[in-house]
Order: sequence, then structure tokens, then C-alpha cells
Amino acid sequence: MGSAIITAEGLGKKFVLQAQRERYTALRDVLGKKARNLLGGGGGQASTNEFWALKDLSFTVQEGDRVGIVGRNGAGKSTLLKVLSRIVDPTEGRVEINGRLASLLEVGTGFHPELSGRENIFLNGSILGMSRAEIRARFDEIVAFAEVERFLDTPVKRYSSGMYVRLAFAVAAHLEPEILIVDEVLAVGDAEFQRKCIGKMKEVSSGGRTVLFVSHNMAAVQNLCNTAMYLSHGQLVSQGPTDQVVAEYLRAADGSNGSELASRNDRQGNGAIRFTQLALCDGQGRSIAAAQTGADLRMDLHFSAGHGPLRNLHVAMGIDDVYGQRILHLSNETTGQIFDVADGSSRVSIHMPRCPLLPGSYGFTLFSTVNGEMADYLLNAGTFHVESGDYFGTGRLPAGDQGSFITDHRFTLS
Amino acid sequence: MSHHRIVISPGARSKHYWSDLWRYRGLLGFLAWRDVMVRYKQTSIGVLWAVIRPLLTLSAMWFIGWLFGAGVPEGVPRILLVAAATMPWQLFASAFDGAANSMIANSNLVTKVYFPRMILPFSTVLVSLIDMAVALLILVVLMLFHAHLPGPEILLLPVFLVQAILAALGTGLFIAALNVKYRDFRYIVPFVVQFGLYITPVAFSSSDVFGNPSIPEVLKFIYACNPMVAVIDGFRFSLFGGDLPIHWPGFLTSLTMCVLLLVLGVRYFRRTEKGFADII
Ligand SMILES: Nc1ncnc2c1ncn2[C@@H]1O[C@H](COP(=O)(O)OP(=O)(O)OP(=O)(O)O)[C@@H](O)[C@H]1O
Ligand SMILES: [Mg+2]
Repeated sequence: MGSAIITAEGLGKKFVLQAQRERYTALRDVLGKKARNLLGGGGGQASTNEFWALKDLSFTVQEGDRVGIVGRNGAGKSTLLKVLSRIVDPTEGRVEINGRLASLLEVGTGFHPELSGRENIFLNGSILGMSRAEIRARFDEIVAFAEVERFLDTPVKRYSSGMYVRLAFAVAAHLEPEILIVDEVLAVGDAEFQRKCIGKMKEVSSGGRTVLFVSHNMAAVQNLCNTAMYLSHGQLVSQGPTDQVVAEYLRAADGSNGSELASRNDRQGNGAIRFTQLALCDGQGRSIAAAQTGADLRMDLHFSAGHGPLRNLHVAMGIDDVYGQRILHLSNETTGQIFDVADGSSRVSIHMPRCPLLPGSYGFTLFSTVNGEMADYLLNAGTFHVESGDYFGTGRLPAGDQGSFITDHRFTLS
Repeated sequence: MSHHRIVISPGARSKHYWSDLWRYRGLLGFLAWRDVMVRYKQTSIGVLWAVIRPLLTLSAMWFIGWLFGAGVPEGVPRILLVAAATMPWQLFASAFDGAANSMIANSNLVTKVYFPRMILPFSTVLVSLIDMAVALLILVVLMLFHAHLPGPEILLLPVFLVQAILAALGTGLFIAALNVKYRDFRYIVPFVVQFGLYITPVAFSSSDVFGNPSIPEVLKFIYACNPMVAVIDGFRFSLFGGDLPIHWPGFLTSLTMCVLLLVLGVRYFRRTEKGFADII
């Protein structure tokens, strides 16, 4: 059993959100306050513009641990890594780190487009904390990993974006600190390259090094990490074996089921309609908390719309598996049903006889156009859950790790 | 496990700040090297700019000094007098400009990597030292041309060079830190550089001011508060010796200002640098 290499106690980070600075701030503020009072909102407290990105975080990381950090967008994962890397100063609490730490918060930090690949290897290596001698010693390895031998003396602005990312990751992958911190860098590059990166990170961490790894890719986290931390709104929800924590994270993500789409503001589109809720119903139209494999399913997409008819309403729903892979795309365009609806509609329903999704959590993305213009687009709008059910009337389903779907089929022997 | 131990807590100031800075000297060198490489790759006549810029300033200042009949001591050609001031002024101007903008120019580094932030202004000063070397060559050529050999006072020149750098760093660190929070300070930099050229003894010499009875004492004092006054007087003294004696009260005022600005600049920078990544 290793000893604690990172110990955090009561860690907190407060950001002060700065309003757009303008020249007549004072005057504007005064006038604004007067106007608010006149409008009757007088008693309302001015909203504080302070924001805790991390709050009361305590944890320890053992030497040799590979820790996955998961959480939704804005949960504070990157902020935590920045505090540990000493890039931002915590507002409260204390962290003790017993070892040389290197962090990779972005691929290619400090790369300069005008400089050649060779020059950038040295520059970036030195920015990441390697000495000139260390870089020279690993130079050939880095070049081989990045597969850019022929372009070493070309300015990186002439690189394809894939080459650029490969080179940048290669430099970072050859860091040899005792603690390596990595933030979401696998989101870039093609599948082949990502596989190579995960392989390299595994190799790095199998050498007994401690790794902290932030990712939205649950497969990568489960593959790479032996323990995990789940952050939500800057607080540590759970820490423990990866599978448990990931499962808890995915379950908690269910909280957004049948919910709060109306308050989401990370949406795009002209707002001709806005999705407000996804509700699941069974074949009889009764509301249900989770869909069931093999049972008839109706997904009700509630929306709000202005007055007047909606011409040529197009609604699409993308369904993703837990790894973020798109597995289904449902759209009234592909079914050939064109809606030209008069005033008063507020719901689109998708009927799915004998739901073919296997038990598990699924994410969904919503998209709609009205009259050819994007009306509402909610990426990663939420998740819903599918419970086990009887698809074939045999009481059996494939095991949990055997795909996401089931479909009618028959075996014959001849 | 290594004996590397770091404790992070709010506002904790590293006890090893200056030794940390020293440990990061490799990065300092690389950043300076990057800036030089990029400059010469982006401009087609590259190195020539390092010659042209001081030459143009020199000609303009020489012309202004001649036009207004600024005093020239016996036996010193005006062009040498002006050149001896243009060189340190250029050093100050480019080091100040570089240092003041260094945080903003490298904001991607500031938000993504840890290093003592002072590395950035320091590296820009290194770059301007390279320019300075070129400009110094011009000065040497001019002195040879006019067959003017300096006396033993020339040994003091490095001291004044260091002083020019410290003057640039003191003010530069201040503005760099302020610039992170209030971008308005970006506009102050070109103003200081431009305006400074006229209130600093480049086209004229300090004796024109201190020796002029029609200038009120208070203005003389304000004039002497410019940290570059001591630097330039020192430069001229080390090149021309007794021909241009130093006006001590003015020199000391200017030197004091230089030290004061440096102390304040470093302190303000260190006090605010922990928050740079939050707001930049
Ligand atoms: N410098 C800053 N000033 C103000 N707010 C900030 C700053 N940096 C981060 N935040 C806020 O802190 C919260 C946490 O941000 P953080 O980048 O840590 O999230 P994250 O978990 O990494 O999210 P993602 O998965 O999208 O990368 C966010 O709400 C963000 O807006
Ligand atoms: Mg992040």
C-alpha cells in the first residue's frame, strides 16, 4: 500500500465574476438601482457576483493511484487540476503534495506556429518543465511517437491539425514526473491516435506513477483508472473504485430525466420553439420513470412556442450510449412526417413500439428547425434510463456488456 | 518517494520564490529565444531592424538637439552625445514595453502552466538586451569614426546598463500586473515611451536643465524624478568623463526613484501574481 502523495483538506476556490467594465460604471449602477426600485423589485437583494467553483473538498490520493475525475460541465474539474498545479490560488483549504508534479491541461500549450517542429519540441518541453538535457535525451522517442520525422523542420503552422496534436501529445507523454495531471486532452485527434494515447498513458501509469485524469469518456476512465472521484458543483460527491463511482455519476445524471430543459441556457437557435421537458410514457400513456426494454415507449417532447403557426416543424432526437457514442437518430424528416401546425401545439411524441434499447443509461440531444431555420438545439440535453424487460417473451436478454440494442431475429438450422 | 514537497494554501508565498525563479532559468532562456526566433522569422529583413530602429531615433534626436541648440560640451561631437543617450533609452523603451505587455501576450501560458510569473517580463528584458548589443555596436562604430576614446570611467558603463534594466523592470512589472486587471494600461505604455523620449535627456543633456537659472527648482526636481535621467547621465559620464560631470543632487534623486519604483513594482507584482490566472 502506498502512502498519501496528495492530501487536500477543505479546499475551496471562489471566483469573482467580473461584470463587463464600462466607463461610467458608477453612474450606470446608480441609475440601474433607481430604475429597479421604481419597477417595484426594490426589496430584491443584489445578486452576488461571487461563485464557488470548488467548495470544501477533502481527499487523499495514494502513491501509484490512477484517479479518474468525472463530473458534468462546470463541475470544477479543471479548476481542481489548476489548483493542484499551482496555476490558481485556492481561496481556502490546504493541499500537500509529496512529489514532482507535471500537468497537461491542454495539448500544445505554448506551441508557436512560426517555429518548426523541432523548435517547438524544445520550447514545449521546457514549458512543461523538462530540462534541455532531458528533452535532448528523449527527442528521438518523441519524434517517433508523433510520426513527424519528415516535417521536423517545417513550421508547425503548415502541419495538419492531426500532426499538430500528435506532436504536442508526444512531448507531454514523455514527461517523467512522479505525479501526472491530465485534463481532457483525448477529446482531440482521431480514434487511432486516441487509442495510442490511452496506451501511452497506461504505460506511463503502470510504471508506478500517480495519474490524475479528467475525462468525459467513461470508457477511457474505466480503462485507465483504478479509483475515481465524482465532482458536482464543486463538491466531492464520492470517491472510490472506478466502476462504482462511474455508475453513481451516470445514475445521478439521470436527475435531469423528465426535467429542467426549460432552464437550460446552453442552447442555440432562434427560439421559435424551445424544448421544456422530456417525459417518458408507457403504451397506455401513463408516465413512467424509466423506459423498459421490449415495452412500448412513448417519448413526449414538450416545448413552448410563440403564437402563430409553425411551418415545416422538424424535430430530431439523438440518443447516445454512456460513452457518448451516437447510437440512434430519430427524426420526423427521415420518417417523412412533415408538421405544419397551427397555433396551440406544445408536444411532439415519438412512439417506439417494443423499445429496442438494452438496460442502461442513455444521453440525448435535441434539435429542431422551423421553416428551415434552427429553432432549438440542446446538445447533451439530458439522460434517461432503460430498465430490463422481456423482449422475446423468453425472460432473457443479452448480458449487459453485449451492445446497446436488441432487434427481432430468428435462428434456423439446416 | 522524492523529497519534493509542496504545500498549497491561500495566499501562501513560496519561501523559495527567488530560488524557484533561478530553477526556471531554462524556461526563461527558451522564452527569450522563442521571441527572437519568431521576430526574425516573421520579418523579412530580420536583424536589420535592430540596426535601423536605433539609427532612426538617433538621427531624429540629433536633429532636434541641433535645431534647439542644446548645449554640447567642448570636444564632444553632438552625434556622440546623442548616441550615448539613445542606446540606453532604446534599451529602456523596449524592455519596458516588453515587460509591460508580457502577461497579456502570454496569457495562454499563464492559465495553463505553473512557473514563477516574473519569468515572463524577465525574458522580454533578455530579448531587449540582444537589441541593445546591436545598438552598442553602432555606438562603438561612431566613437571610432570620431576617434573618441573613453577614459577609465568606461568601466562604470555596465553599472548604468544594469540600472537601465532595473528602471525598465520596476516600471514594467508594475504595468504588467496592472495590465492583467485593467487593460487600459496597455495604452499607457506607448504614451510613456513616446512622452518619455522628450523629458529624458536624449536630444539635450542634464546640464541644460540643472544649469539653466530660468527653470524653477520644482521643475528641476520633477525632471530629476525620472529614473532614466541618472542612467543617461551615468552613460555619458562613463563615455565622456570629465567633459560631462554628473550633477549629484539630480543624479541621486533619479537613482532613488529608480530603486523605489523597482521595490514597489516587485512588491505589487508579487502580491497580485497569484490571481493572474483567474482574471487574465
Ligand atoms: N477564471 C474564472 N473566472 C470565473 N469563473 C470561472 C473561472 N474559471 C472557471 N470558472 C467557473 O468555474 C466553474 C468550474 O469550471 P471548470 O472549468 O473547473 O469546469 P469543468 O468541470 O472543468 O468543466 P468541463 O467539463 O466543461 O471542462 C465553471 O462554472 C466556470 O464558469
Ligand atoms: Mg474542464
